[in-house]
Order: sequence, then structure tokens, then C-alpha cells
Amino acid sequence: MLLVLLSLVLLLASSMLALSLSRNPSRAQDAGAYGAVLASLCGLLPAGRVLFTGRTDTLSLPWPVPLGSLTFNLDPLAAFFLVPVFLLTGLSAVYGVDYLKSYAGRKPLGLAWAAFNTLTAAMVLVFTAANAVLFMLGWELMAAASFLLVLFEHEKAQARRAAFIYLTAGGTGALMLLAAFSLLGQASPSLDYSAFAPLTGHAASAVFLLALCGFGLKAGFIPLHVWLPEAHPAAPSQVSAVMSGIMIKTGVYGIIRVLGFLTPWQEWWGWTLLVLGAVSCLLGALFALAQHELKRVLAYSSIENVGIILMALGLGAVAAVNGAPVMAALAFAGALLHIFNHSLFKGLLFMGAGAVLHAAGTAELEALGGLGKRMPRTALFFLAGSAAACALPPFNGFAGEFLVYLGAFKSINYSGAPALAGVIAGLSLAAAGALAAAAFTRAAGAAFLGEPRTERAARTHEAGPLMLFAMGALALLCLLAGLAGPLLLLPLGSALASAFGLPAALEAVRASAIPLVYISAAGLLLLLLAGIAVARRRAFLGDKKPAAGLTWDCGYAAPSPRMQYGASSFAQPLTDFFQPVLRKIGQYPVISEYFPAKASFSTEAQAVFYNSVYLPVGARIRDLAFRFSWIQHGRLQIYIMYIVVTLIALLLWKL
Amino acid sequence: MEIVKTLFQFLAAALLAPLLPGVINRVKAFFAGRRGQPLGQLYYDLFKLLLKTPVYSRTTTWVFKAGPIIGVASLVTALALLPFAGRPSFFAFEGDFIFLIYLLGLARFATVLAALDTGSAFEGMGASREMQFAVFAEPAFFLGLAALARVTGQPSLAGMFGALTGDTWRTAAPVLALLTASFFIVLLAENSRVPADDPNTHLELTMIHEAMVLDHSGPDLAFILYGASLKLWLFGALICSTVLPRHTGSWASDSALFLLMMFGVAAGVGIVESVIARLRLTKVPFMLITAFAFSALALIFQMGR
Repeated sequence: MLLVLLSLVLLLASSMLALSLSRNPSRAQDAGAYGAVLASLCGLLPAGRVLFTGRTDTLSLPWPVPLGSLTFNLDPLAAFFLVPVFLLTGLSAVYGVDYLKSYAGRKPLGLAWAAFNTLTAAMVLVFTAANAVLFMLGWELMAAASFLLVLFEHEKAQARRAAFIYLTAGGTGALMLLAAFSLLGQASPSLDYSAFAPLTGHAASAVFLLALCGFGLKAGFIPLHVWLPEAHPAAPSQVSAVMSGIMIKTGVYGIIRVLGFLTPWQEWWGWTLLVLGAVSCLLGALFALAQHELKRVLAYSSIENVGIILMALGLGAVAAVNGAPVMAALAFAGALLHIFNHSLFKGLLFMGAGAVLHAAGTAELEALGGLGKRMPRTALFFLAGSAAACALPPFNGFAGEFLVYLGAFKSINYSGAPALAGVIAGLSLAAAGALAAAAFTRAAGAAFLGEPRTERAARTHEAGPLMLFAMGALALLCLLAGLAGPLLLLPLGSALASAFGLPAALEAVRASAIPLVYISAAGLLLLLLAGIAVARRRAFLGDKKPAAGLTWDCGYAAPSPRMQYGASSFAQPLTDFFQPVLRKIGQYPVISEYFPAKASFSTEAQAVFYNSVYLPVGARIRDLAFRFSWIQHGRLQIYIMYIVVTLIALLLWKL
Repeated sequence: MEIVKTLFQFLAAALLAPLLPGVINRVKAFFAGRRGQPLGQLYYDLFKLLLKTPVYSRTTTWVFKAGPIIGVASLVTALALLPFAGRPSFFAFEGDFIFLIYLLGLARFATVLAALDTGSAFEGMGASREMQFAVFAEPAFFLGLAALARVTGQPSLAGMFGALTGDTWRTAAPVLALLTASFFIVLLAENSRVPADDPNTHLELTMIHEAMVLDHSGPDLAFILYGASLKLWLFGALICSTVLPRHTGSWASDSALFLLMMFGVAAGVGIVESVIARLRLTKVPFMLITAFAFSALALIFQMGR
């Protein structure tokens, strides 16, 4: 625990140092990056130890915070989240050094590094706080730091808009969380987690709903996702990696913690989580397919994956309430494992997208192409990450989803609610998987394969060595975590026990080691067979020299890059089919003459929920709020009077 | 002894798979009143292709060469999961059919990326259509297997097909019949047969699977063709194991019956291909949605029983 505190101190100190070195960008970079990497190494150790021993590590400092104590609690659940925090922020910092270099002189790099390390520190605080006040402190610090980072390129109107939406979402979420924690702590003297008295009935449901919305606004499942596809692409890429890889998981962590406070659960909570998750994973994958910008594709894919995690939690809750502990344990284990795996591959993918953005100056899919020739290593790592994101073996994305499937298939021995939940979960996973595969083959294909579609894309260069190192390390981790599924079960088991305390069900999770061992073996066989195929191919070729030619285009001898299938054409059959949901806006040429000369067409993926739900509702709220604008006029004295009046009113009410 | 049997059935599948397209072609030739190719034509083709020197487009990268290799490796791995005549293969574990579906997904992923690597309009078109049909075929296939798991109460392929007996057909005939129909439709679509796709077409605009591999040649094309025959074998075996719950009791006669049935399925594909026309591309999703509906109905019947 002391090491975690040390890493917190390192993070905060290095962010101060980076800020003070603002004048000298390269030294500020060094201060920020070394701080982040050292803090990561420092923090990984205790987190790993807690996970493998299963013992909780607590530290209380004799410094009272209001309504409780300054207590840090590193239990296996917190440690399970801290491992990806440290892994991803450490590698992102390494990546960031190369990535931010080109901004030196134009942008305040010291401030960016300070915000980045503060963001990491805030996440550590969120995961280790054992007190609601401390938690909210970390939560708001996290929101503020990431807000600054979203505003990094504030000269772009899009970034300002994204940051504003993000701020609104964060503020609304925090208000709901304050309400949830006040309800939880209503009957207890302090807001320490350990002091929360169990709630029942409607009070418990109210806390559940408030926490679901409050944390959901951070986790970004549909329909609370509107800020995510705006804010994640706007931030610098290593920050997008951290935001999508692990920061949105703080919302999932919050939901798991609150579920822990609220036993016994009510069945409809599980159904709510299940349905929201299923909708998110299906729509997230579908929207990802329709986006035209690489980082937006990835942001929607994060919505899909958060949906999968939420759906697994819901499946587990429904099963647990209906007396199916084995099914519940497998679903929860799948959710946790997917949290870990998603942080690795989504971090990798955002870094890959960042490398593209850095090299080509744009991440618009229709302006890219052929980058695989110009940046071969980035292409390799990005393709590995895409395979993991599509849950394809032997990469790591498969293992977590597989555990969820196993849980869903336990339902064949049940009838009624668990059976229905199992079918919904399994089917949504399968359908979302197929859609995600379409989305990722499209994105990777349009960016990296074929011929460059623009001059600019043809002149790209390979990413810098530090960027390649970070991406390579993550790609390797994706492969290793995919092959080492059974080894991950031990830490998973202790995290599960500390989160939900299903002792009997832990046996089930251990039993799932058998299929996972088979899967690892089959994954190795796959690699071996691929190796054999490569060797055989080489043997057949012998010393024959393959000829080089043109791509076959139906006998046409002068194919041009513009004749390639583009990203929109690739997705068109599916996006047309799902048009009622996607509502993409298209402009198609109308042919009125006999010899039409030039024609152009365009499609645009619109933010369906933002445009058709949030904007009208927001306008209504704004109109309502204007009626009360006379309360707010900017005179400080009168604001202080409001506070005094409120305090007196509360005092009178208590008398 | 057991391991020898497993090895034998694995090798039998791996070696006999290229016969299936031969059977289909002979049946089609019979309907057309021709003599047709020799049964073993694909073996000759594979042999010839392996010895040829490939041609690569200057646009392509390593992704193009990796496509056929990953494709064939994942299909051979899938074969190592596939029960043969109700008997488990090398790998049999809880949830193995999920792994199988994702292995097929990996093969598709690699093939599609290899197609996009050529920068050709036709191959992009084929790739786009392949991914589109997969979005409809995968849930149908998954739901069918889920229904089968529920009928037999077993969560693994070997368990399901080991537990299916003639008795199951007596008690749950509608469920199994629906599942067979659903699997057969998925087989036709996944293996690019009529009515979803026409393997014999020579017009690039209308091709799907063939369009994706237009640029492959030499050993690469041999890997692709062999992989395609393995995929056909895989889906055929699932249908055979559903329709023909074993069990004469002896492994030898079970296996012989199973093989016979495999060729029966191939003949069935040939008959379908001879008597019906290809669907318009925009109608193919609806065919797959029909398969999905069959699987869903089967599952509902089973849950209601």
C-alpha cells in the first residue's frame, strides 16, 4: 500500500515539476514521462501482490476528511483495476513523448503532462479510496484533468464543443453520485464504505438507479454515451488510449462497488443492466461501422465493449438472484476479464490511430489507404489489436467473451429467467461480434491496405521508436494474455471474491480453467499450423521468383486509387440495411441530362442520440432554466446571502 | 488405441474434404446432362497450383500473403475440434463450438483483409458482401447451436452429438428438423454456394467469395481452395451429426455411415445448385434471416417443451 502511495506522490510531484518546466518543452516531457513510468512500476508491484495473495491492504492516515477517515483500501477488486491503470498509463507516457514532440513550442506541453499525470493519480485515488468523500475528490479531479486534455487542441471548434459536452456529462454524473452516496450514508455516521448500512426496498432501488446513471455517464453505455465519441477523438492520442482503455472503466468499477453495498439485489436491476448492455453492444458496433473517422470508430467500439461488460454484469445479477451461482460467477468473471483485455487492445488501437493521425495529418478513412507499406510496424500492431477487438483467437479479446458465453450456456440447465437472460446475452454477443468484425476490417482495410487515396497519405512515415515500443509492448501483451487465459483466473478469482463474495461459485471459475487450457492449446496449435503453412509455402516456392504485376481489375490496365472500394462503400450494404437505426444523412447525385459529367455523393454518420434525444430535451431544459435566470446575476454578496439563508433554513429545520 | 482412432478420423477428414466439391460438380453435371470433371479434380488443381509460381500485385503487402496462411491454419485447427460420427476429436471442451465459430471468424477476417490489400474494386466488393452476410449468418448459426445444446443438455460439440440418438428425433423431431434446415441454409451461404453466391460465375461484379481471391495465385490459391473444402466439410459434418444420430454401436460402421452421409450432403448441395437460381444480392440477407428464424423457432419450441 505504501508503494501505491509512493506512486501517487510521484505522479503529483512530477505533474507539478512538468508544470514548472513549461518553458522548456523537452524537459517538461522528460519530467512527466519519467514520473508516469516510475509511478507505474511502483504501483504494479503492490497491485500484483494483492491480486495473487488475495489479501486486502488497508492504510488509514490520521487525518480526518469530512464525514469519515482518510482511508485507502487496496482490495483485490481495486488491484484488478489498478493493474491496467498502471500498465496503460506507463506505456501511454512512453508513447506520448514521441507523439507530443511535434507540438513543442505550439502547445503548453508542461500543462498537458501535468494534466496527464494528475489524471492517473486521480484514477488511482478513485480505485483505492475507501470513503465516499475521498472517492468524489478523485472522481472530480479525474474529470477536471481529462477535461483539460480534451481541450488540448482548443483552437478547433470541434474540440471545444467536445469538451463542453464532456463537462456537462461529468457534472451531471457527479451530482447523481453525490445523491447516491448521501442516500447510502443516510443511516451511518460516516461515509466510509465499511460504515454503509444495508438498504432495502425503494431506497436501495433509488441508489441503484442514481449510481447507474451517475457511473453510466462515465462508462458511456447507450443512451448515456453522447460525450464519448466526441471527447475521446479530440484528446491527444495517448490520452484517448487512457480514456477509452481505463478511465471509462471507473464507471464500471463504481457500478460493481455499489452493487456490493446493495445486497440483496433485486431482479429487475439485473435485467436493466442486461438490456442496457445488450443495446449498447449492438448499437455501439453498428455505429462504429458507420463512422468516417478512425478515432470515432474506436470510440464507438469502446461503447460496444462497455456494453458487453455491462451485459455480463446483468447476466450475472439475474443468475445470482435466481439461484444460479455458477452461471453468475462465470458471467462476472467474464466481465472482469473483458475489462482487463479491453484496456490492452483499445489502448493499442488508439495509439495506432494516433500514429496514423500523426503521420498523415488526418484520421479520415476516405483520405487514407496504403499506410501498411509506409508504416509496416504500426500496421502490424494495429491489425493485431483489431483481431483482439473482434475477439478472435489467439488474441486476448476472446477469453473474456468466452467466459461470458460459458455463463450464458450454463442456462441450458435452467428454465425461466436465467434461460432467457442466457439466450439474450449469448445472441447479442454473437451479433455484436459479427458487426465488430465488419467495423474493424473496414477501418483497418481503409487506413492501412490498398493504395493511398490522397497525396498526403502517400507521403507518410513510420511512427517514432517510442511510439512503436509502446504499441509493440501492448500487441505482445494482447497475444500473451490471449494464450495465458488459465493463468489469469487466479487473480480474477480473488477480485471476484472481494467484489461479490460468491465463495461457492469460485469453484466454477476455477473449473473454467479446463476449457481455457484447451483454448490456449488450440491457440498454440493455430500458431504452429500457421508456421508450418509458411514453411511449406516457402518449400513449394523453392528458388522460383514470384512475379510482380498490377492488381487484377477485370482486364483494366490502369487502375487508380480512386477506383478502390472506400470505407463508405464497404459498409454500405450493412448501413443501408440498418438505416432506420443509423439515420445517416446522404446526398446522392440526381442524373437529369443524357451525358452527366461530374457527380458527387456524400454520406454522414450522424450522432443519432445526441441529435434526436439530447438536443430537444436540452433545449426544453434551457428554456425552463431561463425563467430562473434572475437568481443568477453574478453578484457575490447575494450568493453569500443565499448560502446563509440556506444554512439558517437547515438549522431551523433540524431544531 | 483411442488416440489412433482420433488421428485416423482427423486425417480422413483432412484428406477427404477436397472430394466434396468434386461430388457437387458431378451432381451438377448429371443434372446438366454432361459427364463433368473427374471426382478428384480439386486434388489435381491443388497439386498443380502448389507447383506454380505466384504473381503478386505491386500494391500488396505481407497482409496479402498472410491471408491464405491464417485462413488455412484456422480451418485445420477448427477441424481438430470437430467430432466425427459422434466421437470427439483432439479438442473437446465446454463451449468448444463458440471457439469454432470464432476460428471461422478469424479465417474470414484474414481473407477479407487480404482482399482489401489488393486495392481492387472487385475484391473490396467481395469483401464487403462477405462481411455483410456474416452479420446475418453468424447469429443464425450461433442460435442453432444454442438450441442444440439445449436439446441435448450438453455444452460441447462432442457432448451434443454424442447425446443425440434416434430417440431424440422421435421426441424432438420439429426442433431437429428446423435446426437442420437452418444449418443447411447457413452452409450454402458460408460456403458461397447457390443461391447466395455462384462459384461458377465468371463475372467479377456478381462474385462474392471468388471475387475476394481474384488476385491470389500459386500456393496461396491452393491454400485458399483447400481451406474452402475444409469449411464445406465442417458445416457438412455438423448437419450429418444432427440428422444422423449414430449409433450402430461399432465405430467402423458409424464412420462409414457418416462418410456416406457427408457425400449425401454434398449431393444435396449439388441438387440445390442445379434446380434453383441464384438470389439477387439484396435478397440474400432475407434468406439468412429465414435461417435465423428457423433457429429461433427451434429454440423456442425447445424452451417450451
